[in-house]
Amino acid sequence: MGVSIEVTNLNAWYGTNHTLQDIDLNIPANHATALIGPSGCGKSTFVRCLNRMHETNPIARVTGTVLIGGLDIYADAKPVEIRRRVGMVFQRPNPFPTMSIYDNVAAGLKLNGYSNRKVLDEIVEKSLKNSALWEEVKDELKKKSGASLSGGQQQRLCIARALAVDPEVLLMDEPASALDPVSTSKIEDLIFQLKSQYTIVIVTHNMQQAARVAEKTGFFLNGRMVEFDSTHKIFTNPSDKRTEDYITGRFG
Amino acid sequence: MVIAQVPEIRFNQSQLLTEPDLPGERPSAQPAQQEASAIRTFLLARGNSAWADRGFRWLMVLCALSIFGIVVLIATELVERSKLAWGAFGLDFFYKAYIDTFTGKPMYWDPVNSHFSALPFLYGTLVSSLLALLLAVPLAIGVAVFLTEMCPGFLRAPLAFITELLAAIPSVIYGFWAVSVLVPLMKIYVNPALIKTLGWTGLFADDNPTGLGFLTSGIILAIMILPIVSSLTREVMTAVPTSQREAVLALGATRWEMIRMGVLRNARIGIVGAIILGLGRALGETMAVAMVIGNSPEIQRSLLANGSTMSAVIANEFAEASSDLHLSALMELGLALFIVTIIVNAFARMLVWMVTRGTPSSVH
Amino acid sequence: MGLRTSLGEETLRDEHQLRAKLRTLADGAATGLAVLATVMVVAPLVAIFVYLVYKGAVSLNWAFFTHNPVPVGEAGGGMANAIVGSGILLGVGSLIGIPIGIAGGIFLAEFGRGTRLANAIRFTADVLNGVPSIVMGIAVYSLVVVPQGHFSAFSGGVALGIMMIPTVCRTTEEMLLMVPHAVREAALALGVPNWRSVLSITVRTASAGIITGCMLAFARVAGETAPLIFTAFGNVGWSEKLSEPIAALPLQIYVYALSPYDEWHRLAWAGALVLIVLIVLAVSLVRYVTSRGVLKGAS
Repeated sequence: MGVSIEVTNLNAWYGTNHTLQDIDLNIPANHATALIGPSGCGKSTFVRCLNRMHETNPIARVTGTVLIGGLDIYADAKPVEIRRRVGMVFQRPNPFPTMSIYDNVAAGLKLNGYSNRKVLDEIVEKSLKNSALWEEVKDELKKKSGASLSGGQQQRLCIARALAVDPEVLLMDEPASALDPVSTSKIEDLIFQLKSQYTIVIVTHNMQQAARVAEKTGFFLNGRMVEFDSTHKIFTNPSDKRTEDYITGRFG
Repeated sequence: MVIAQVPEIRFNQSQLLTEPDLPGERPSAQPAQQEASAIRTFLLARGNSAWADRGFRWLMVLCALSIFGIVVLIATELVERSKLAWGAFGLDFFYKAYIDTFTGKPMYWDPVNSHFSALPFLYGTLVSSLLALLLAVPLAIGVAVFLTEMCPGFLRAPLAFITELLAAIPSVIYGFWAVSVLVPLMKIYVNPALIKTLGWTGLFADDNPTGLGFLTSGIILAIMILPIVSSLTREVMTAVPTSQREAVLALGATRWEMIRMGVLRNARIGIVGAIILGLGRALGETMAVAMVIGNSPEIQRSLLANGSTMSAVIANEFAEASSDLHLSALMELGLALFIVTIIVNAFARMLVWMVTRGTPSSVH
Repeated sequence: MGLRTSLGEETLRDEHQLRAKLRTLADGAATGLAVLATVMVVAPLVAIFVYLVYKGAVSLNWAFFTHNPVPVGEAGGGMANAIVGSGILLGVGSLIGIPIGIAGGIFLAEFGRGTRLANAIRFTADVLNGVPSIVMGIAVYSLVVVPQGHFSAFSGGVALGIMMIPTVCRTTEEMLLMVPHAVREAALALGVPNWRSVLSITVRTASAGIITGCMLAFARVAGETAPLIFTAFGNVGWSEKLSEPIAALPLQIYVYALSPYDEWHRLAWAGALVLIVLIVLAVSLVRYVTSRGVLKGAS
């Protein structure tokens, strides 16, 4: 089951660049939430603040509160602990190149010291099934390297890898933007099925995609969150004029 | 007012319009509806390995600092061991010589009477290195220009490979070859010819029939530094952006003019760096030089005369140094060599870096 | 409207044509010189190489690998002790140089990237690579041999190891920098601790390249003579103990090459061939691996 995310007064900087300004929002549990906005508006930075990946950059800084499932992830936990509970799928598929498919999926567990072979086998199978990749690779789990798959398959592999550690939240930073339409729709189906088990936050450039998979949508502009509401409202009757301009394609 | 078309939705209307739970009813950290899976429990118990991270980081830092440690180590050891000679001769070591009362000639390196002067070795090092540069640099640049700008594609890789291979041959093997082939060649053919044609310059005297000497060592040094100067020059030439080449060509230049104005001019700082790096290598080259320079601590004008270099005399005399002062003098030579090569190499690296802009260049 | 056809115009055109011809001539001459330089360089170098291989091939026999040196005047004998000695020295050197060098490279690439400390270390490593190996030798003499009171294989190993550190450090750094950032992020996002991510993911991805870097350093110090003259010192007999002087292949070659005995010259050629083969193999392997792309499918 997923958990909800409460963000209060979040500000983020890259060096002197004030990337996120005073973000407040509540992401509901077990739903998919989409974040839309033009390039460079801070949506990626925002999700990276949710699993504390933002601070891996030496000039990055964050202030504010993020509560995931009630836990203050900055004050009461360490980054490593958080990242085991909040999974991430990146824009470009990034399987570990020297590892087999099996090892890729199991990486999050094996590298954290888990070694029970039988259970690992089950988890790998379950994760690959959940990411709709099982049927295509089940015969070559240990023989094929993660990097030898097609782009869409690689991304599903990355999703399986993220699911294998049983996170409560799944962050997806434009997961389908580097993929062809067929793979994209497969991934959207996946998100649709997964959201009942996890809380999903998906950053997307594609408004239609947001409308297809997410119940709630947030619109980001220039580091601020302009509007956060149900997807239907955002797309049919936005409250803010800027949202309306973006939706209708006047910019971005 | 419908602003945008709401696209075809796959899930039914009621699902879409459902308002998600309000923040006031957020679930607890550990979801109550379903027990956390075994995996989740396992991972939650793993801790944050802050100690392991910190320890690992410090270990890596320490090992990286060992580079500084090595420099400090060498410096302190050499300085320590040079103290005796420094106390005995001071700065005179580097520019004064003791005049032998019997012959009236300067006696530079006299273990018997404990008079030591570095002059012949400074001279020998300088002469052999400069000779090497004189012979090697034009050829190296020519090769670099050919390989970078003129070479047909299929030849480039094999030729580059050969150059790299020859850079890897150990000094002692070059020395062995020089003793077996080069020295007889010099003795029988080259030296007599030089004496006959250029003896009037005073640089090619007749009194050393062995085939050893400054010129021979200069030649073998040239052969040894060719690969490094050439490959570094190639590297800085390749670092010149194509746009520079194209700009010159677009003005109607011939290929040579393009190379001269578009490439060499831009790369000249780096090429100077490559040359200085070659100089650095020549200064410190030990084994091959020790085998062909004749090992005579004399300063002679003739290039065909025997001489010695700083590194060669250390290699030859260290193991059998006759006194503590002797050893200390050798150590002081080593210290001088250390400082000189560091300065030369640092300067050269800076020049090359300026052209390739700090991208980690290949290790030479 | 016609062109001005004064005399000045004609001489200008002639001058252009003359200039053009000179330029083409210069271009040809430059090409010729460059080709000449290449030939003058490559041909003798290849000739040297072929000569070395030839002399070595005719001198090599089984006894070379299996026998120790015999007293002057007797036929036969070999350099078995020198081969083993080199092996031991390189073993000790690698044990010192490779781990420290790799760790240094990890620091430069993973922890210190862009910092002034890392830049200083990188620069110093490059400069160290240019310090004459004989200076390393006498420094280690002062550091190890003098306190110990005798020459030893251990001191020789230390000298070689210290020489390997800067080279291995730089090549490791270069290889690690080639690992795409996305791979590191993927590991971190899984909640893998940083140290584990660096070792099991980043280093592992670059492992082929790192290994070739070590091989390069290995081949480079395998042929070094100068640092061994006053540390390992050489040994005419068999020795495996770290506390005793030990024979080494390049050292033996040096001694034999300068001797007046033909038999010893023969052995020196054989030794030179063995050394060259080792180095050629290492360099070729490095080339092969790096040309195939050290990171299979990483990008």
